[in-house]
Amino acid sequence: MANAPLVTTELDLSHDEILRYSRHLLMPEVGLAGQRKLKASSVLVIGTGGLGSPVALYLAAAGVGRLGLVDYDRVDFTNLQRQVIHGMGTVGQRKVDSARARLLDLNPDIRVETYDEPFTSENALRLSAPYDLVIDGTDNFPTRYLVNDVCVLTHKPNVYGSIFRFEGQVSVFWADRGPCYRCLFPEPPPPGLVPSCAEGGVFGVLPGTIGTLQATEALKLLLGIGEPLIGKLLLFDALGLSFEELRLKKNPRCRICSAEPEIHELIDYEAFCGVPGHDHEDGHLAREWEVEPAALAAELKAGKAVRLLDVREPHELEISRLPDATLIPLGSLASRLHELDSAEEMVVFCKSGTRSARALELLAGAGFRKVRNLYGGINEWARQVDPKLPRY
Amino acid sequence: MTTIRVPTPLRPYTGGAKEVEVSGENVTQALGDLVQHYPDLKRHLFDDTGALRAYVNVFLNDDDVRTLQGEATPLKPGDRLMIIPSIAGGAPREERPGPSPSATIRPGSVPPRPA
Repeated sequence: MANAPLVTTELDLSHDEILRYSRHLLMPEVGLAGQRKLKASSVLVIGTGGLGSPVALYLAAAGVGRLGLVDYDRVDFTNLQRQVIHGMGTVGQRKVDSARARLLDLNPDIRVETYDEPFTSENALRLSAPYDLVIDGTDNFPTRYLVNDVCVLTHKPNVYGSIFRFEGQVSVFWADRGPCYRCLFPEPPPPGLVPSCAEGGVFGVLPGTIGTLQATEALKLLLGIGEPLIGKLLLFDALGLSFEELRLKKNPRCRICSAEPEIHELIDYEAFCGVPGHDHEDGHLAREWEVEPAALAAELKAGKAVRLLDVREPHELEISRLPDATLIPLGSLASRLHELDSAEEMVVFCKSGTRSARALELLAGAGFRKVRNLYGGINEWARQVDPKLPRY
Repeated sequence: MTTIRVPTPLRPYTGGAKEVEVSGENVTQALGDLVQHYPDLKRHLFDDTGALRAYVNVFLNDDDVRTLQGEATPLKPGDRLMIIPSIAGGAPREERPGPSPSATIRPGSVPPRPA
C-alpha cells in the first residue's frame, strides 16, 4: 500500500535545526522536505507512562513540531523501573509536567502541550482535534476503545501498542485504510479475566521496545515512507526474542468502521467495559466484606481463629509473607477449593487487594460465606501493622 | 497434531505451558481438546453455552479464523493455532488500595455478608 504522507505542509528550519537533524537530512527518505514536514506535524500521546515515555522522547528528538501529552497521574517511585522520561527529581510531580520538562531539555525547538486530565468521552474530540495522529499508550480497556472510536470518527490513524509481562502488540489502526481496534477486539474481556500490569508485572524494557516501534510507525506515517503496520498485528515476545506478524482484515460487521456502523458518536466506555478507565476520587469506605489490616491484626491478637489465604504467586512469597498463611495462587483456586473449609473464618489477601477481591467473588460463588478481603493486601499490612515487611 | 500457542495472560491456567499439542480436525475440536487438558482454561475461552467468547481471537497460522471458516475451519497436520489476547497494559498505574476492588467486583456480585 502506498504510504501517502499524513502531513503535506512544511515549515522552514533554522540553521540550528538543520545541524540538529543532519543525520535525518542525509537520508533521502527523510531529507530536508521530510524534516520540514515533521516540524509541521503534530501528535497526541495518550499516557506518559511505559509506552508514552519512549514514544514522546523519540518523537521530540526526531523533530515532530508539536506534541500533546495526556495524563492525569503523578510520577511514582515504582514508575522509574520503565517510565524513562521521568526521574528521581520529578517523583511526585504531575507526569505531564515531568515529561514536558524532559522533552524541552531534549529539544527546545518543539512545542509540548500538556493536558493534566483523564482522556474521556467528554474531552476526547476536543483534545484530539488539533493533532494529525494519535498514539495509544494507555493502560486500560475503556480508554483503548475510546481512543479507537475517536480516531475512527475523526479519520485519524491510531498507533496502537500494548504490553503484558514479556509480550507486546503493535498495530496501526486506521479505519480509512484498514481495520480498526474493534475489528480485532469487538468486545472487551469481562472485568477480572485479564490481570493488569500492576498485578501481573511488566518487564521494564518491554514498553521501551513496543513504544519505540509505535514511534517508528508514527514517523513513517507523518513522512509517508515505508510500509505502515496497517492491517497487521505485530506480536513481540521478549523471552523468545521473536516477532510474529498476523494479518488483520476489516470486520464487515464492525460496530464502528463497517459500511453500516451502529456507533456514530462516543459512548460510555466504562459502562461498555464494565470497569473504570480512571481512578475515581472516591475515598475508601470500608465495605462489609473487607477488613482493614489493623483490624485483622487485632482479631488475631485476641486469639480469633482466622485462616489466612494468600492468592499470590509462589515467587511473591520471597518478597513478603504472613505467618501461617495458606498459599493457593488465584489461577488454581477454582480447582483447589476442596482444600478449603467453608465453615472456617477466612481472610483472603494478595499484593494490594485486587486479585483477592476476585478470589472472594469465586469463593462466594462456591458457597463460602465467612470470607473477607484484606483491604490493600499485604502492602497495606506492611504500612499499618508490620513496617519491617517490604512493599512492592 | 496441531500446536496451540497460549498467550501469557492465559498461561496460569495451563500450568505455565506456552505451547500445547492438541488433536482435532477443526478449530472447535482443537480448542475442545485444549480445555479438556486444562479445565481451568475453559471459562476463559468459552461462555456458559459452550460458544467461543467474542473477545477470544484465534489465528490459524497468520490469519484470523473469522476470515476463514470460523470455528469450523479445518486443520492440517503441522498447523499452528494462536490465541491472541486482549491486553490493555501500557502505562500501568500502580495498584492502589481504595477504589480498585470495585473495579473487579460488579454490582450484584457482592459476596453476601458472613452468616
